[in-house]
Amino acid sequence: MTTHLDGNALAGPLRELFAVDITTATAQCSGCGRGGTVATLHVYASAPGLVARCPGCEDVVLRVVRTPDSAWLDLRGTVSLRIPLAE
Amino acid sequence: MAIVSRGFRGRARDEDVALPPGQYLTEDFPVLSAGPTPRVPTDRWEFTVTTEVGVKHTWQWQDLLELPHEKPKVDLHCVTKWSKLGTSWQGVSLDVLLEDVETAADYALVHSYGGYTTNLPLEDLLDGQAWIVHRYDGEDLTPEHGGPARLLVPHLYLWKSAKWVRGIKLLLEDEPGFWETIGYHEYGDPWREQRYQGD
Ligand SMILES: [Zn+2]
Repeated sequence: MTTHLDGNALAGPLRELFAVDITTATAQCSGCGRGGTVATLHVYASAPGLVARCPGCEDVVLRVVRTPDSAWLDLRGTVSLRIPLAE
Repeated sequence: MAIVSRGFRGRARDEDVALPPGQYLTEDFPVLSAGPTPRVPTDRWEFTVTTEVGVKHTWQWQDLLELPHEKPKVDLHCVTKWSKLGTSWQGVSLDVLLEDVETAADYALVHSYGGYTTNLPLEDLLDGQAWIVHRYDGEDLTPEHGGPARLLVPHLYLWKSAKWVRGIKLLLEDEPGFWETIGYHEYGDPWREQRYQGD
């Protein structure tokens, strides 16, 4: 059976790239327009990279691949990423 | 070509087996997946080859079953570093499927049910190097391993052997697929350890 994790599985790999905790950011899916926190995405981790899919339409919202010397981030499935910051 | 009997391989220990660089041997068959597992009933299954000028060649499930079959026994090398040796498959050679397809294309983009894609040179699908397989180890291929049918192109890393295969587009120019657009190597030869772009 294929099972997915929730978006909190992205916290570690993305902490390396962002100055903030990205799992609390709101991602809008470019497939169906659904907005939700990154923590609510369905993350498929048994793969050559991390694939985060929309819980509404299962389209890919975000992908991360870690190679020995780079991180590759694909946000094509994301209309916007709203990141809460302190005022 | 050296002849090694199956018995010898069966007794061989890890250190006696020639594996591509950076790989380790596994006996089980790990399931990798980048999304939900598609469930495609065979009565709705289709496989379509589309040429660079848009000509489509389509096979239904029964058409596939009626084509001449082969039983490749091959080693698998996954880019996540496991290798599995001597796996037994049953299916139709791409030489058979592409026999009557007229094309000047040099590249192929493989499509799957569920949206996965992967690219490779067309010549890597020919000359007995690739199959559409629907049986593994004497059983129908399970959805977890790509059933009802998957591509098998064992001389490249396993991400090229697209599960739930639905069709192949023949192209004049190379078009990167799902993993090839995000850091993975465009060709993926395990013996040259072509895991990532630039390897
Ligand atoms: Zn969506």
